[in-house]
Amino acid sequence: MSKVFRVEPPALPPQGVSVRTRRWRRVRRLAALPIAALALAGCTIPSFGASPGATTSSKSVFDLWQGFTIGAIIVGGITTVLIVWAVFRYRRKGDNIPKQSQYHVPLELTYTIIPVIIVLGLFAATLVVENKEVANPKTNVTINANAFQWGWKFTYPGQNVVVVGQTTQDPEMVMPVNENVHINLTSSDVIHGFYVHAFNFSRYALPGVLNQFTFRAVNTGTYDGQCTQLCGLYHSLMWFRVKVVTDSQYTTWLKSKANAAAAAAESAATNQQTSSVVPTKPTEGNS
Amino acid sequence: MRNEAKLLLSLGSFFGLMVAVYWFWSHENAGSVMMFCGMLLCFLPGSYYYFWSRRMKPRAEDDPNATQASGAGIVGTFPGTSIWPFTLGMGAFFVVLALVFGIWLLIPGLGLAFWAIIGGTAEGRRGGPH
Amino acid sequence: MTDVLDPPSVAERHEHHEEHGPTGILKWLTSTDHKVIGMSYTVTSIVMLVIGGAFAELIRAQLTTPNNNLVSLAQYNELFTMHGSVMIYLFMGPFAFGALANVIVPIQIGAPDMAFPRLNALSYWLYLTGAITMLSGFFVAGGAANFGWVAYAPLSNSVNTPGAGADLWIGGLLLTGFSAIFTGVNITATIFYLRAPGMTMFRMPIFTWNMLITAILILLAFPVLTAGLIMLYCDRHFGTHIFSVAGGGVPVLWQNIFWFWGHPEVYILALPVFGMVTEIIAVFSRKPVFGYKGMIFATITIGALSLGVWAHHMFTTGTVLLPFFSIMSLLIAVPTGIKMFNWIGTMWRGEVWFSTAMLMALGFLFTFLIGGLTGIYLASPPLDFFTHDTYFVVAHFHSVVMALMMGGMGALYYWGPKMTGYLLNEKIGKAQFWLLFIGTQVFTFPMYLLGLKGMPRRIGIYPNHPAWQNLNDWATVGAIMIGLSSVCFLVNIMYSWKKYPAGDNPWDGHTLEWFTTSPPPHHNFYRLPQIRSERPTWDYNHPGHSAAAHGHAGEVLIEKEPVS
Repeated sequence: MSKVFRVEPPALPPQGVSVRTRRWRRVRRLAALPIAALALAGCTIPSFGASPGATTSSKSVFDLWQGFTIGAIIVGGITTVLIVWAVFRYRRKGDNIPKQSQYHVPLELTYTIIPVIIVLGLFAATLVVENKEVANPKTNVTINANAFQWGWKFTYPGQNVVVVGQTTQDPEMVMPVNENVHINLTSSDVIHGFYVHAFNFSRYALPGVLNQFTFRAVNTGTYDGQCTQLCGLYHSLMWFRVKVVTDSQYTTWLKSKANAAAAAAESAATNQQTSSVVPTKPTEGNS
Repeated sequence: MRNEAKLLLSLGSFFGLMVAVYWFWSHENAGSVMMFCGMLLCFLPGSYYYFWSRRMKPRAEDDPNATQASGAGIVGTFPGTSIWPFTLGMGAFFVVLALVFGIWLLIPGLGLAFWAIIGGTAEGRRGGPH
Repeated sequence: MTDVLDPPSVAERHEHHEEHGPTGILKWLTSTDHKVIGMSYTVTSIVMLVIGGAFAELIRAQLTTPNNNLVSLAQYNELFTMHGSVMIYLFMGPFAFGALANVIVPIQIGAPDMAFPRLNALSYWLYLTGAITMLSGFFVAGGAANFGWVAYAPLSNSVNTPGAGADLWIGGLLLTGFSAIFTGVNITATIFYLRAPGMTMFRMPIFTWNMLITAILILLAFPVLTAGLIMLYCDRHFGTHIFSVAGGGVPVLWQNIFWFWGHPEVYILALPVFGMVTEIIAVFSRKPVFGYKGMIFATITIGALSLGVWAHHMFTTGTVLLPFFSIMSLLIAVPTGIKMFNWIGTMWRGEVWFSTAMLMALGFLFTFLIGGLTGIYLASPPLDFFTHDTYFVVAHFHSVVMALMMGGMGALYYWGPKMTGYLLNEKIGKAQFWLLFIGTQVFTFPMYLLGLKGMPRRIGIYPNHPAWQNLNDWATVGAIMIGLSSVCFLVNIMYSWKKYPAGDNPWDGHTLEWFTTSPPPHHNFYRLPQIRSERPTWDYNHPGHSAAAHGHAGEVLIEKEPVS
């Protein structure tokens, strides 16, 4: 019976102390293995299904994700081993009545205090990343993102540029790389969710509330975004794209859009036509 | 009685502490009001039990050494079968349907509900159909 | 001092109505016996499980291929709304506190019935009519409610969701909400006032303790939901602007109200199952619950904290106090962890018997471990921003609710014999367990990955995306296995119908329900043992094997042989 970790100290034989220390050493050696393996692998901690993303804060969220997952695997692994051990080591073989032990206060205190410490650690790590993520640093570029049923409208204030698109074709939000881009998020009808998977970030677009956040993209590329909060019939089709470009490309794009918008306005004025406010086709540059 | 009181009062005190921290940290109304009401809801029966626990001698169920014989006597009167819960349930059903399909459904709904309340009260006074 | 009282003296404890009342349908309509009402609840909630499960299978079928058009987008919205609503409002809750608690709690504390038997019957009728009201949405013009089971304003207002289906959803929820409140009152009063002599608060079985905390949470949370629903109805029909910006209202208020009910509701669903699992593990390990008092304090702590965590569902609204809700939510992991280790401690050095009920409880432990650990991620705002409203969240809470489902199934195998007098077939039961257990993992793991790959929840169609399709197909395979396990359960009921008489105490149980007959007589007991610990039946059947650390062992006087 004394082959396993003892639970009740009174029943512990005198030499049990040394048995326990020896066993502890073995446990520590075993626990050191995965950590050593991780160290050997260098900085290639597995991604556990997530991706580092394309912004500075998405990278710190990814780090947090890795930290939480390593913790979860260790805690979950230990718990699983304990369950499996208890179940198979102590499966019923006869009609015995085991010792009716019910309390072991030091042990119970241990598994109360250790989780509290873990939780406080996780909370501290959370606070660090969270403060980085919700900070609003000084920005040069501002984009007003407006969600509606079922599409998106991106306005570049002071630039005479508006990008609109809904269901059938997705609008594209263009933003410069390595630049703090400030987003003002609003909704004109129901609650929508502004979610860019590559940025590891989402935020509700609420009617009557202005939500603000800042992205600093580090890689150029085109990323998918989608509405994540159920907003009615065509919720599934409410996609958009985020195109991160270099600074010069961004300036060129802005200029061409503004020119196109001006030309469109002129022709509209000469043709005595009024363009619809919410186009069914994505007519970029309509103002 | 004392442990019941302690349970409710400590829950209420915890909610009180939580609402204090929450209010002074966030100044958010809805959550603070709801938590405050939660605190009151715990204090209401909790203080009642505390009041009585100091004035009555421990009941047999609070006495760790009670024998089954010490609980002898009438525990309470339990009604036998009764049709009135079903009637009242149907009344409530029609009242809710009136919210959806039209106000006229209130007539059967409230009718059944009143009938059930009167019937149930009369049955309770008679001590059940048995 | 006698240990066991003979029938006449117990009968003196209350006015004993022998059951010679009506039979058949009239008995079902008029009974105020908590066991009959509990059986009605059990049958109704299992019917709800089958309905909700059918919706789930349809949802999974729709998601097998990209741009699938098995159901239309409008139908899809109705399907997942009603799947969530049926499972949460009409199955899980009523199953836990209507079906099992109703039958078991009075017997566990040695009470003749619930404190308010007629109110108890009313609870059942409100639940049944509420379920009918909510589901009848499918038969009205415009279909059933389609705004998600959370009904976020302003999507749920009369402009965005006109039609009777949404009103029926609100009405059904009002009825079931009152049903839950009445059950909460009833359970609390029963536990406070109807315990047998010697059954002090700290001798109540863990299941009863958990039901007490659940009942208190019901009383704290459900009135908030009912009030919110009335506000929503007024917004829809009486021109108020509580949740609409146009009239100066605040849409986020609905989320505050809803989740102030909604998160305690998670524990209202979970705590009863924690209790069931605790009882099952202790009985099938032949040991007392390890850390009995720690278990109770953990339950109370969960109940206390659960009122301060609601806004972790609203991290991405940008309108809530992130650190407060983050630390409160993370802290709930501590008492939950204590419970997990207490369960392991209960099995440690026990005599673990792999009955179906115990397997279900073990399946609960594993699955709940996964659901609990992934829940910790969601308590951290940055990680919540990352995964909010993606399939990661869907997978997280399906791990949790499937764990609860396993615990609930285990409870049916464990207490079913007490309720009906007959055991279920163990072979079919084990087949059911393995299908359910493996199916759950095959179902949830792809969904975790889908969430990490960015698939949002509640989308009826997704673009051509090979990785997504692959994972969705695996999830569908898991869902089919879970469906088959439910079929196994129904087959088992039919196959075992009155086949295996259970006897009074088939599992060598610990608590008072195993002291009476199966099924128990009209007012539950012909006799009661002396209550000197939280395991009176065990103490009676195994003199000299009382919990060593708990004292009182020598005080149990046994004068008669147990009747089996």
